[in-house]
Amino acid sequence: MKENNNHSNAKRYGMVIDLDKCTGCGSCMVACYSENNVPFKTDETNKLDSLNWIRVYKISNNKPYPHSEVCYLPMPCMQCDGIGKHGHSPCVSVCPAVATDYDYSTGIVSQIYTRCFGCRYCMAACPYHARKFNWWDPVWPADMEKYLSPNVSARMRGVVEKCSFCFHRYQLARDKAYLEKRQELAEDEYQTACAQGCPTGAITFGDLNNKSHAVYKLKKSPTAFRLLERLETNPKVYYLSSKSWVRRAGDNYLAHEETEKINNKVKEPYEAKEHL
Amino acid sequence: MNETPLIPAGVKRCSKWQFSLWMAAVTAVLLWGVYAMFLIWYKGLNQTNMNDAYGFALWIWADLAVIALGGGAFFSGFLTYIIGKDELKNIINFAVIIGFICYSSALLILAIDIGQPLRGWFIFWHANVHSMLTEVAFCLSCYFAVLTIEFIPLILENPKLAKKPFLHHLSHNMHGIMAVFAATGVFLSFFHQGSLGGVAGVLYGRPFAFREHIFIWPFTFFLFTWSAAACGPCFTILVTKITEKITGKKLVGDAAVRLLAKISGWMIITYIIAKTADTIYWAYVTAPGLGFTLMDFYTSSTYNIGLLFAEIIVCGFVPGLILITKRGRESSFLLMTAIILAVIGVSLNRWVMVLQVMAVPLFSFNEWYTYMPSWQEVATTVLPVAYGLIVISLAYRYLPVFPQERELNPID
Repeated sequence: MKENNNHSNAKRYGMVIDLDKCTGCGSCMVACYSENNVPFKTDETNKLDSLNWIRVYKISNNKPYPHSEVCYLPMPCMQCDGIGKHGHSPCVSVCPAVATDYDYSTGIVSQIYTRCFGCRYCMAACPYHARKFNWWDPVWPADMEKYLSPNVSARMRGVVEKCSFCFHRYQLARDKAYLEKRQELAEDEYQTACAQGCPTGAITFGDLNNKSHAVYKLKKSPTAFRLLERLETNPKVYYLSSKSWVRRAGDNYLAHEETEKINNKVKEPYEAKEHL
Repeated sequence: MNETPLIPAGVKRCSKWQFSLWMAAVTAVLLWGVYAMFLIWYKGLNQTNMNDAYGFALWIWADLAVIALGGGAFFSGFLTYIIGKDELKNIINFAVIIGFICYSSALLILAIDIGQPLRGWFIFWHANVHSMLTEVAFCLSCYFAVLTIEFIPLILENPKLAKKPFLHHLSHNMHGIMAVFAATGVFLSFFHQGSLGGVAGVLYGRPFAFREHIFIWPFTFFLFTWSAAACGPCFTILVTKITEKITGKKLVGDAAVRLLAKISGWMIITYIIAKTADTIYWAYVTAPGLGFTLMDFYTSSTYNIGLLFAEIIVCGFVPGLILITKRGRESSFLLMTAIILAVIGVSLNRWVMVLQVMAVPLFSFNEWYTYMPSWQEVATTVLPVAYGLIVISLAYRYLPVFPQERELNPID
């Protein structure tokens, strides 16, 4: 929880997901399962006890044919900066055993499985349902254990897990850069499995603070929005959609409120801070 | 004449046969709960019907509810030892026993509720001082130790134990310094009751639970402490009345009950006014600022606006108004109605602050989340009730819990 005040080289890794490009194919989920050793059940009908670090939701404008429209919305952990962007993420501040932490050098919210004792307070705190509990022991089909990634530890029953923005890939890229006597990582050196697995290129990943990274420009798009922005969780996952009903579905509004007006009002203080 | 030297002198108890039968029945229920408890420890939390949306459910409600109801111990202790309301010495022993049962039950439920029970100590060892749950764990454990210390002298007053001079003097001396423990208990209770309110109030990602803060403490911090002090004594009176009904004896004089009821009544009235103000502020300022109207939180058939009405009016203002009137306290029917409503009210408050928080959908494309506890969850929640009945039965039979019992029930 201790804040490292040396922010000069601090990264803020984040994601921009273009919902106009997402076809709902689920490749991002498959890539994530494979990359992060996420176990699965024989019957995955009940999504409320499924383990998934990224889940694709199908949302609709609830209008009858021929005006009906659907949109697929992939939702990983939002890696919230929290109120005031101080790393006061909803989940980090409540964990009684510091089993989840905010990394000030990357902006990534970690989960320490061997520290977690399964109180699930972080799950209660997360408005995105990004945190999943291991209700069962992890079991893989015969021989599949041989194909598990050696870079990601498997989790035990009774602990919480969540998307880490493939943090092990960041560590590997940092190790490589160190050996090559470099300080900085190139944009393509650290990419998440879901971003690479997306066949339509809907997911873009990078450093939100780095002007040369694609995400820096994309997040400034007029069609960009974040989920539940009004709660001030300050997520680092942005979405793009040309459809106004999709942008409105991303947050809660009173009947008379206009989506863009409220969004701009919520964004202002944070954007002002970024330009300081 | 006493059947056994273990029973205090001058009081009458049921036969050993009758007592054994009663204990066997309660123990059977207890064993059902113990079986479910071991099943959960062995197989894991997949034995429950909780899920990723309902990470907090029946057990956390039970935890919060028993701690609120056990609040009678700290508040009665405060009134008796700190304020000096001597009349309450006639009920304080029983309040301590009820508190002891409630707090030991809360700790047991927590031990069942966590996914990795063997790592439970991490909360102390790797403590995150920013988490309300950390404060709850520390204060809860410390206050349980205080309650144990408060319970010990009463246990030592058992006729057989009191025959040993060392134990007799230990008990006497512990009674002498009980005000110190009572004060410690009040201090600890203020914080952990408040922190339990803070557990929900700090969740700024959950608009139904989130409340504005005074310094670092959300309004729920103060409301939880206040409601526990207000309604905890009602639970003490309720259990006393049930014990009187079962034993067929008057165990506590009317003066003590009415005094506690009067203080409780004023606490309930002031609490419910504060709760109403908090609700109005939340409904008209906090929630709309986050894009919600009050009614957005009450569109489910289970969680409808009737719950709020029941909590504030029926189980808040009504018992409060009954208990602050002399007529209300002196009428047996009105008194019982008021204390039952107050107990339901505080339990209902804890219910909505745990389960409704989880149920409310935060996205327009999500439905209300539903949850029905499994039999294992129900059994382990009934377990503390059976355990409580056993402790009360043993305490009543073998310890001089009620100082007025002999006077109110003379043996011919």
